[in-house]
Amino acid sequence: MRPFTFERAKTPADAAAAAARHPDAKFIAGGTNLLDLMKLQIETPAHLIDVNGLGLEKIEATQEGGLRIGALVRNADLAAHHRVRRDYGVLSRALVAGASGQLRNMATTAGNLLQRTRCPYFYDTNQPCNKRLPGSGCGAIGGFSRPHAVIGVSDACIATHPSDMAVAMRVLDATVETINPDGSARKIPIAKLHCLPGDTPHIETVLMPGELITGVTLPKPVGGKHIYHKVRDRSSFAFALVSVAAIVQPDGTGRVALGGVAPKPWRVEEAEAELPRGAKVFTARLLAGARPTPENAFKLRLVERIVASVLAEAKGAQV
Amino acid sequence: MKFDTPAKTNPIDQLKVVGKPVDRIDGPLKTTGTAKYAYEHHDVAPDTAYGYVIGSAIAKGRITSINLNEAKAAPGVLAIVTADNAGKLGKGELNTAKLLGGPEIQHYHQAIGVVVAETFEQARAAAQLVQVKYERAKGSFDLAAAKDSGIKPKPGFGGPPDTSVGNFAGAFASAPVKFEATYTTPDQSHCMMEPHASIAVWKGDKLTVWTSNQMIAWGVRDMAKTLGIPKENVRFISPYIGGGFGGKLFLRADVLLAALGARAAKRPVKVALQRALMMNNTTHRAATIQRIRLGATKEGKLTAIAHESWSGDLPDGGPETAVSQTRQLYAGANRMTAMRLAVLDLTEANAMRAPGEASGMMALEIAMDEMAEKLGLDPIEFRILNDTQVVPDNPAKPPSSDPQSKAPEEKHNPHPPFSQRQLTECFRTGAKRFGWNKRNPTPGKTRDGHWLIGIGVAAAFRNNLVTKSAARVRLDNRGIVTVETDMTDIGTGSYTIIAQTAAEMMGVPLDKVVVRLGDSSFPVSCGSGGQWGGNNSTAGVYAACMKLREAIAQKAGFNASDATFTDGQVRSGNRTITLAEAAGDKGLVAEDFIEYGDLDKQFQQSTFGAHFVEVGVNAATGETRLRRMLAVCAAGRILNPKMARSQVIGAMTMGAGAALMEGLVVDKRHGFFVNHDLATYEVPVHADIPHLEAIFLDETDPTSSPMKAKGVAELGICGVAAAVANAIYNATGIRVRDYPITLDKLLDKLPEMV
Ligand SMILES: Cc1cc2nc3c(=O)[nH]c(=O)nc-3n(C[C@H](O)[C@H](O)[C@H](O)COP(=O)(O)OP(=O)(O)OC[C@H]3O[C@@H](n4cnc5c(N)ncnc54)[C@H](O)[C@@H]3O)c2cc1C
Ligand code: SF4
Repeated sequence: MRPFTFERAKTPADAAAAAARHPDAKFIAGGTNLLDLMKLQIETPAHLIDVNGLGLEKIEATQEGGLRIGALVRNADLAAHHRVRRDYGVLSRALVAGASGQLRNMATTAGNLLQRTRCPYFYDTNQPCNKRLPGSGCGAIGGFSRPHAVIGVSDACIATHPSDMAVAMRVLDATVETINPDGSARKIPIAKLHCLPGDTPHIETVLMPGELITGVTLPKPVGGKHIYHKVRDRSSFAFALVSVAAIVQPDGTGRVALGGVAPKPWRVEEAEAELPRGAKVFTARLLAGARPTPENAFKLRLVERIVASVLAEAKGAQV
Repeated sequence: MKFDTPAKTNPIDQLKVVGKPVDRIDGPLKTTGTAKYAYEHHDVAPDTAYGYVIGSAIAKGRITSINLNEAKAAPGVLAIVTADNAGKLGKGELNTAKLLGGPEIQHYHQAIGVVVAETFEQARAAAQLVQVKYERAKGSFDLAAAKDSGIKPKPGFGGPPDTSVGNFAGAFASAPVKFEATYTTPDQSHCMMEPHASIAVWKGDKLTVWTSNQMIAWGVRDMAKTLGIPKENVRFISPYIGGGFGGKLFLRADVLLAALGARAAKRPVKVALQRALMMNNTTHRAATIQRIRLGATKEGKLTAIAHESWSGDLPDGGPETAVSQTRQLYAGANRMTAMRLAVLDLTEANAMRAPGEASGMMALEIAMDEMAEKLGLDPIEFRILNDTQVVPDNPAKPPSSDPQSKAPEEKHNPHPPFSQRQLTECFRTGAKRFGWNKRNPTPGKTRDGHWLIGIGVAAAFRNNLVTKSAARVRLDNRGIVTVETDMTDIGTGSYTIIAQTAAEMMGVPLDKVVVRLGDSSFPVSCGSGGQWGGNNSTAGVYAACMKLREAIAQKAGFNASDATFTDGQVRSGNRTITLAEAAGDKGLVAEDFIEYGDLDKQFQQSTFGAHFVEVGVNAATGETRLRRMLAVCAAGRILNPKMARSQVIGAMTMGAGAALMEGLVVDKRHGFFVNHDLATYEVPVHADIPHLEAIFLDETDPTSSPMKAKGVAELGICGVAAAVANAIYNATGIRVRDYPITLDKLLDKLPEMV
């Protein structure tokens, strides 16, 4: 771990401004991802800005009937919130499917969105990794790639975005709110937050240096049946091989986003028109252009089967 | 005490304390966090500095340069030790690769240095500043590719590499029903909770190490050898061990580097291996490729059995002895086994819980299930039909399994009887208890909602090993009995069963017994390994207590043979004195050891069991979830049913991991285990494990020791994974022959989704 200086910001604007003063700065929220990466010398910030005291831990109703979730709301609190459980069940379920109770008590909304990949080559500083060390090559391509992405990948990187929460937020059409060092705010649709790797897998989001996430808003509830189906190699405390976040309406229409298959939560709105035609047709559209490795090609079939079972579950619930 | 005739009735048979499910005597220390583990002896050396180990970034080749300048200048750094300045180092008898590598590199994450600093964080930060340049050499990392270059390994713990009885080839060719399949098991990591950790303190040329080690005497010997100093100058202290599973049988880099770091920094130094080094720096269970061929009559009598296994290790390493149980488990007149060992430049392969049998049973017990199906027989009846009371294939062994025994060599018996063998009873008891008769023998036919339900069974089998073990027993003027032995408690319950043994022998309640373990200044015990710890260490305590009883009787003027020890008193005729009185102010001390004659050659001492498993396989996703598990064990006298149950259900959990998720992934290009942390090397979590039941059949084995006990802790893992695999087959009709059985191996063959 590289030695670093530390400050505690008081307001969101302060935090963003502080980040601008220190080009090598990072925000620290729950620290459950950042600290691990610092210990392994994968993240090497020279300055940490603690954002825990910014007053961003509130969950409030919006005028539009939606919900505004502060960036510092803990995953555990968000999952347990009565409005989330009632109106955004997919989000609550995705959250509790992630990590462990202890981690969810620390992990924050913004931190979760910005957590980094779990690619084992990214984690081993002896290995090549374009995301960690641009230009060094990709260890996973041609190596161990079973957990990796099958779509949205590039020749430079095939890592997944590991979040469960973000997948549910994607299916809910969430908007990420930020503040910049110059004090200006912006709203980023979650679909646009994360980047595909292309030739620059080290650039993971559209956030500018010093840009602080202040919250996430959810539009007003859309009803329907909310399902989060996470498939992994053990029953708990593991990242998704594949996860499916779905909201299915009584008429069979709906929305589906995937986790564990792409460098970002994967959703193709145009494909959703095919949902009433069943899992096979829909999945074929959703995953068109997939580029799996021999080790992770099973994910394509797994997606189709989970989607089929999710649709069956949704139907079952309507009778 | 020499144990060379079967045990008769002895004080242990009173079973006033032994055999009772008493709680761990060290339980309160552990549950309150006050039992001190290796890294936590803050009191012994308040000025301890911290060492951080640097692991090699390549698997094979040479270091061409190391630049320490930046690291040396980093804050807090006290010393950096590499092969360049460590002085001449030897290698422990039980180490395959060097514990401090360089310039030659033998495997990935081989330690190439240690940075010592005032704080852990400083040591780690400085270690990350060390710049190493390497020259890579081509290595061999792929077992399947290297398999055919495998050679016959030297005979070792698992017996000779090849055995043959009758004429396998002929019998197999002419067998009316034949079966053949190849199975694979992956490399596995022990992944105990507590990493390897040590604090080293030098006083002059004397070294004391607080460490976490299963085999104190081996550790001391190999440490002395590695440093080139007399054994007498090395002391190991290892009172509590946060799991070992075989990963802490040997001297490892933490001990050596703490000692070298302490010498260089002229300060006590502590070193814990970081988690990543657990997989690639220490030992692991080797992957195997196993080929099994079975021939039988139409009625299901096995006539031909062949089991071949291939594994890999560094040059001069040893094989995973996966065929050993096949020499003993089922009858059959014509048979062969063979082990071949290829060179692999991965970290060294060595013992992990039930080495040999754990992997071998994973294959053999699927094969038995497959053959039963082919024969149209119930898998339990098929196994019972081929049960045997004598060893079918007993190759001539090296003179004695006790390395210290000087017993003259006996004539070799190719088919010795088992001292006890209740395999059939295990199956019958388990079948009844588990509701085996409710199992639908046709696979894929039982459903519970979207779960495909299946039940599977497998035999459990593991040999019992006897080996010399010593103890010292003291009695003081308060009537307190103190036992001292270098035996270790790796979570198994050694403290407790040793206390029970001493209490029984001396006729005192448990709270009058103090047990002190894991210190090389105590008499040398068997140590913890090979499921031999329980029986041998308590037998050593028995021997020492016998001597103490004699000393007490003599002091009291009693005839030792008719003195009785109860209620803290010793009686003879109508005379009684308390133990406290007998001890007097000076106290009494006795030391003895148990050593063995050739009863383990006259009789094959083994432990048996049957595993029953019910699984649900998600019809959509192929995820397997365990629903119920039962183990029935016949393993000699159970010294403490609570401890034994803990061991068996722990082993069942580990077996479940082996079946469903555990496996080190080899990067065959760069030569290392990629999943080197606990996030990516998955072991079961609570949610994976259903209700577990473990039953012990009544058994005492008078040939094993005066305790009449055998081992249970490894028996519990042997066969579990195959029972799970067989249950998955019963649930789905899909046979997976390469472990772990992850969902991707089932997905394509599951029923179509609508
Ligand atoms: C063992 C383990 C298992 C896990 N399992 C799962 C799982 O199954 N599913 C899952 O989804 N996740 C899992 N996680 C990941 C976990 O969800 C994340 O670590 C957590 O959500 C990160 O939140 P944090 O507040 O701790 O972030 P931090 O570690 O504090 O920060 C993460 C990143 O976000 C940045 N950041 C934080 N706050 C802001 C802000 N307001 N504005 C801009 N940038 C910010 C930081 O600079 C940093 O780069 C697991 C983690 C661990 C350690
Ligand atoms: S997949 Fe991406 S994160 Fe993984 S090694 Fe390749 S570049 Fe690095």
